[in-house]
Amino acid sequence: MQRQLANMKQSLFDQGYLDEQFIQLEELQDDTNPNFVEEVVTLYYRDSVRLIQNIENALDKNPLDFAKLDSHMHQFKGSSSSIGARKVKIECTQFREYCRAGNGEGCKRTFQQVKKEYATLKKKLEAYFQFARQAGPVEKACRPK
Amino acid sequence: MIVEKIRGGNENGDSFPVGMRVLAVDDDPICLKLLETLLRKCQYHGMFFSLIGIQDSSDFNWDAQCTSFPLFHEFLVLDFVDPIVQPSKLLVLGAFERFWFSFTFPFRFIDCLVQARMALKMLRENKDRFDLVISDVHMPDMDGFKLLELVGLEMDLPVIMLSANGDPKLVMKGVTHGACDYLVKPVRIEELRNIWQHVIRRTKCDSKNQNKSADQVKANPAIVEGQGSPVAGNADQNGKINRKRKDEEDESEDGNESEDPSTQKKPRVVWSIELHRKFVGAVNQLGIEKAVPKKILDLMNVEGLTRENVASHLQALIFPSLKYRLYLKRISSVATQQANMAAALGVKDSPFMRIGPFEGLGDFRTLAGPGRLTNAALSHYSTGGMLGRLNTPANVNLRNLTPSPFIQPSHAQNPNNSITTLGKIHPSLQPANQNPSLFQGIPSSLELDQLQQNNCATGIANFNGVDDSRLLGNQSNVLNGTPSNTMVLNGKYQQTLNSGGFGNQSFNVGVDGSPNLLNPSAIESSRMQPNSLLSNEPFQLPMNSARDNNFSSVPYLQNNPIDISSSTMALPLEDSREMQYQEGLVGDVSQTPSQRWGEQGMNYCHGSKIAYGSLNSHLPANEIMNEKMGVVVNGILGGGGSNLMQQKENEILGTQLRGRAEDNFLLEQQPKLQGGFVPRSFDSLDDMMNAMIKREHDETLPNCDFGFDGYSFGAGI
Repeated sequence: MQRQLANMKQSLFDQGYLDEQFIQLEELQDDTNPNFVEEVVTLYYRDSVRLIQNIENALDKNPLDFAKLDSHMHQFKGSSSSIGARKVKIECTQFREYCRAGNGEGCKRTFQQVKKEYATLKKKLEAYFQFARQAGPVEKACRPK
Repeated sequence: MIVEKIRGGNENGDSFPVGMRVLAVDDDPICLKLLETLLRKCQYHGMFFSLIGIQDSSDFNWDAQCTSFPLFHEFLVLDFVDPIVQPSKLLVLGAFERFWFSFTFPFRFIDCLVQARMALKMLRENKDRFDLVISDVHMPDMDGFKLLELVGLEMDLPVIMLSANGDPKLVMKGVTHGACDYLVKPVRIEELRNIWQHVIRRTKCDSKNQNKSADQVKANPAIVEGQGSPVAGNADQNGKINRKRKDEEDESEDGNESEDPSTQKKPRVVWSIELHRKFVGAVNQLGIEKAVPKKILDLMNVEGLTRENVASHLQALIFPSLKYRLYLKRISSVATQQANMAAALGVKDSPFMRIGPFEGLGDFRTLAGPGRLTNAALSHYSTGGMLGRLNTPANVNLRNLTPSPFIQPSHAQNPNNSITTLGKIHPSLQPANQNPSLFQGIPSSLELDQLQQNNCATGIANFNGVDDSRLLGNQSNVLNGTPSNTMVLNGKYQQTLNSGGFGNQSFNVGVDGSPNLLNPSAIESSRMQPNSLLSNEPFQLPMNSARDNNFSSVPYLQNNPIDISSSTMALPLEDSREMQYQEGLVGDVSQTPSQRWGEQGMNYCHGSKIAYGSLNSHLPANEIMNEKMGVVVNGILGGGGSNLMQQKENEILGTQLRGRAEDNFLLEQQPKLQGGFVPRSFDSLDDMMNAMIKREHDETLPNCDFGFDGYSFGAGI
């Protein structure tokens, strides 16, 4: 089971959903903080709802306030990078590019991508953590190759 | 996050900072949680900490909360959430031993600044409570750089900046604002492991300068109180303050230059009034063009002074003066007046002027030195209008030059004239000046003048804006650095501000060593806010605090941004108001510059200290501003500075000082000073210019985003 868990995690990395930062989070997890990673991820998904809503609202406005959009996205990107959400972060960067270019359509399109990646990762991480709980406490996961 | 650390063995500064108390400020709860965990991990030997963040709005009593934990709370996490989107949402997490618990409580936001207020409030309430502040750059309610400056100025705490954006420009900005370090999110534990060095370093510097600073600190408050005191008295105080500022500057530098231990070891030369006087005398004797460090050194004939000391001092002071000189040439000179002013101002500035590489604003520093505008000087200005004063021949006492800008207070009389003149000069000067800021500063000061009319808050806005950032100074007579400048600027600023509704726009007139009012980057990005900014916020000049802060003669040099940030921003933001103010100022400042000096981009970052006029600018009421400015000015000017204030608004200042007015600082109004336009008032001249120019634009005091870069009010304020 542990191996399955490890494989799950490895595939997340291999597919590029997670990056090095996630490993950092894991390294912070220890006896004193046994569920740290899950806590942080949960916190991320909880808090990012607000951020995403901000962006949605801002995208609905007409004309678009790119500065505000960029600012909101900056925040969201920061959060995402804190948990190692790689693909999400990439899309965020793209979004900001469009913002800077003043490309409203590009922003909207990219934001859909952002949300898509965000939702995908959420599902995958939920599955991962669920599995991890089932697998029971175990030594710290090995760093994926 | 605020991590409280046990101050064990900190006195000697040698023991390992176990249980270091860190305050982290970020609007991203995920990041905060991460930070807290990382910091917790860095706790050695199982230090427990409590992490407190406020998740929901509530009437949270921080102290009560903290004391409820059996263990001292080590971490305090402030998570500022955009109040517009959600009512204050502060994440509160408590950790007790291995037990993490969280509690949420409703928190009613009184205003948008509440979060920022909370952090600052906490810090202010107990300056000993935290050892280190980690602050995010991008926050909805407060510009991280502003917080940085405030914290650095008020509490002299090491501040580490944090951001998802690792743009070197921002990093530079952080450094210039006095940040000890700049971390890029996501933060790694390795990066946090060594942040304690900043605390230790600062502790060491603190103890080193303890003696020196002790009386200076005392002097600061005295200065504020003694607005009515004679110039001479102030001069002394200013001198002390200047020294202190310088010390603080030194300290900050040390703190900031963690990577460069050698800087800490260098003995610092304290440019006392006497020393500066000699310096100025030597320079005058040689003539500006011929004033080379070696010759100056010879002429000064001071034991123990090295050529390098002189060179750096010269650099700080001379550059602004070049512009100033040109400026003066264009203005009908009032040699006598200037001489008076110079004399009155004394040499104070020099200590503050520690501005590193000035670009061409050189003289300002020197000007700043003599800077304290005596009442007479100030009045002189007022009568002659600023321009008149400025006309002193270049080779005339540099000091003279300085005072001119300060004429502000009186400029009420000839605001129009001066403004025009300044305006004209400005353009011409710019090309000539290496630091357009110099002039830019003046325009802003002009604007300030407007405000000033309301309050003759003198000199607060020292625009030592050697740098472009000076533009910012416009708003506030950022009289940084040169006391005289400060004074003048303040006056100007005030006037200009007045129109804008700002009491005394006196930007922190160089209160703090070198408030970098004008941040090059800030300027560029600063938003020019309409005058509304200025007028809206009741700008409280945190005079008191500013005083203390400012006095650290920490010239805010671009190159040595470190000093400035911490020491300078003397904006004594005692409360959120101040912060707001600063922000407002910042905003203002930035605006002005852009308006005025399009190109300026105000990158004054030359380390010029910009009297953070912004402080002043946002005085809600002119009177208040004036007072504040006055106060600040006094503070800033140190000995000399106070003169300015006294001249005009002694009364006003006095009263106002005490009465820090409204809190509503510009913060609210101010757009985020992301741009951090911090005018650095390097040269008093610049400041004057700014002020003068500002006057010209009385009505339209642009609210520049005054990047309140912790500039130290160089001018012995």
